[in-house]
Amino acid sequence: MNWARLILREIAFRKLNFGLAVLSVAAAAGCLVAQYTLLRVHDKQTERLLAAREAELRQMMARLQDDYRKIMLKLGFNIMILPAGASLNDLHNDEQPPALMPEEYAHVLASNRVMTINHVLPTLTRKVKWPEQQRKVILMGVKGEVLIQSATQKPLLEAVPAGHVVVGYELHQSLGLKAGQTLVFMGRNFTISKLMEEKGNTDDITLWINLHEAQQLLGMPGQINAILALECNCEADRLAKIRAEIGALLPGTRVIEFASQAITRAEARNRAAAQALASLQHEKEGRARLRAQQEAFAAWLIPVVLSAAAVWIALLTWLNVRDRRGEIGLLRALGVRAGQVLGVFIGRAAASGLVGAVIGAAAGVWVALRWDSGLPAEIYRQALDMGLLAAVVVTSPLLAAAAAWVPALVAARQDPAHILREG
Amino acid sequence: MLVLEKISKTYRTAQGEVRAVQEVSLEIKRGEFVAVRGPSGSGKTTLLLTAGGLLRPDNGSVRINGVEPFALSPEGRARFRAEHIGFVFQQFHLLPYLTVLENVLAAALPRPRADAVDRAKFLLEKLGLSARLEHLPSALSTGEKQRTALARALFHEPPLLLADEPTGNLDEANGRNVLESLAGYAKQGGAVLLVTHDPRAASLAHRSLMMESGRLLQADK
Repeated sequence: MNWARLILREIAFRKLNFGLAVLSVAAAAGCLVAQYTLLRVHDKQTERLLAAREAELRQMMARLQDDYRKIMLKLGFNIMILPAGASLNDLHNDEQPPALMPEEYAHVLASNRVMTINHVLPTLTRKVKWPEQQRKVILMGVKGEVLIQSATQKPLLEAVPAGHVVVGYELHQSLGLKAGQTLVFMGRNFTISKLMEEKGNTDDITLWINLHEAQQLLGMPGQINAILALECNCEADRLAKIRAEIGALLPGTRVIEFASQAITRAEARNRAAAQALASLQHEKEGRARLRAQQEAFAAWLIPVVLSAAAVWIALLTWLNVRDRRGEIGLLRALGVRAGQVLGVFIGRAAASGLVGAVIGAAAGVWVALRWDSGLPAEIYRQALDMGLLAAVVVTSPLLAAAAAWVPALVAARQDPAHILREG
Repeated sequence: MLVLEKISKTYRTAQGEVRAVQEVSLEIKRGEFVAVRGPSGSGKTTLLLTAGGLLRPDNGSVRINGVEPFALSPEGRARFRAEHIGFVFQQFHLLPYLTVLENVLAAALPRPRADAVDRAKFLLEKLGLSARLEHLPSALSTGEKQRTALARALFHEPPLLLADEPTGNLDEANGRNVLESLAGYAKQGGAVLLVTHDPRAASLAHRSLMMESGRLLQADK
């Protein structure tokens, strides 16, 4: 017979009292572990979400950057250089001869870096009759991009190879044309290299062919009637300077601002990026708010549960002391010291703390793991804090013993003569 | 072995003072079986608890084996009790969650000994309880309970055995059995003080004293 055996046998005998004590410790330990683990789950989830959002944002920004390049191509250009006296309408006018300028101008412009113009695209555009189909179309001869010296950027527009044609939406839809087919235009055969999607503008009735072939078909060799010059993401207030520089470089031309849409799109892109950043920031703030709420909840719940458990253990120990008055009197009569009696009750409370802590820690982990079953298991693995579990298992018996201290002390100080005299 | 000199004990209650023991002197030698008889409330239990070092008298002195237990520290007094005194009570005070054998072994808690199990089994066999070693007190008859308590009291072979109404809850046969055991222990050299109102005790004790209103009145044997 030893003290541990005595305590264990008494626990087995008074299961309800011990079970209730274990339950209270388990509830407190469970709350603590669950709350702490959930906070850690929240942190890990936040890290993961924000990392994903940041990666998403980076991808979006890259996509926007690429889109912007394409937008610039589709919109046309920041500026359009036309022969002096010509207007944009003249490009699609078949009633009077077009105003022209030398194709050489495109090379002059490309070789003399003007401000921040990054792309130079010479074109020859003319509204013409498609004699084989008895309908009017816009013919655009394109050379592709005249590369600017030392330019490192990707070309915006690939040249249409000689003998090939790109067909606008309305044309290929109404004529039932397919890519790879051959069509005859002004007596010459062209292989359809691409069918354009619907644009809702004059592009839908446009045929794009190689610039030199267009010059030959229209009888305008070495001539163009527009240069599309791009300045990426330019600002409108710089247009006057660009215009002055081009005027000096290319006499007999005029510069039309063609950038408002592009700028709008650029601004939209910047706004989208700003919104994405703001959204990320908002997400961060939202997560921080949610964490603060959880923390505040834990900050009052855990002390309340711990206090309730301590009071409950003290009460149960008090009841146990009352039930065991005769035993205390006998043990003292047998020569058991007051400190040993104290140890019996403290040991019992510590045992309830240990068992409760193990059950509570397991239950707390279980609850935390099942709180949001949609989360990946990896987050839970990262959130589990073995140090916390160990601390709970170690400190719970100590706290339970502390809670039982006063009633245990009362037990130890009971007068055995008084108890034995009462019978 | 036990010397009580003019001990007095007064309880202060809401109803006033109760003079439980008044200037009682008593000496019990080794091998002597002394019975103190008297009605309920006469101060017998107070006398016994005082003699056992559990209840400090207001006046007078207690000496056991030449030692004044109340001169010792509480811890020293507890150790002294474990080494020198055995108690048997009317209510048995068996621990309900321990078996018969474990109840006897409870005496080894404050004073462990290497042969504890053998010693406990020997005593239980001697008292006719060898078939009950693993039973809980709830499965025992009152006589068996008291014999278990007696085995526990005799575990360390204490020089002084104090018994408070040990036959109070027993039938005649069991009561006689317990009294004979106490007398037998005295024959082996132990000093036995029995407080009881059982008239049978007088026939087995070496001395039988009457107690009334806190005073030892006379020796009736």
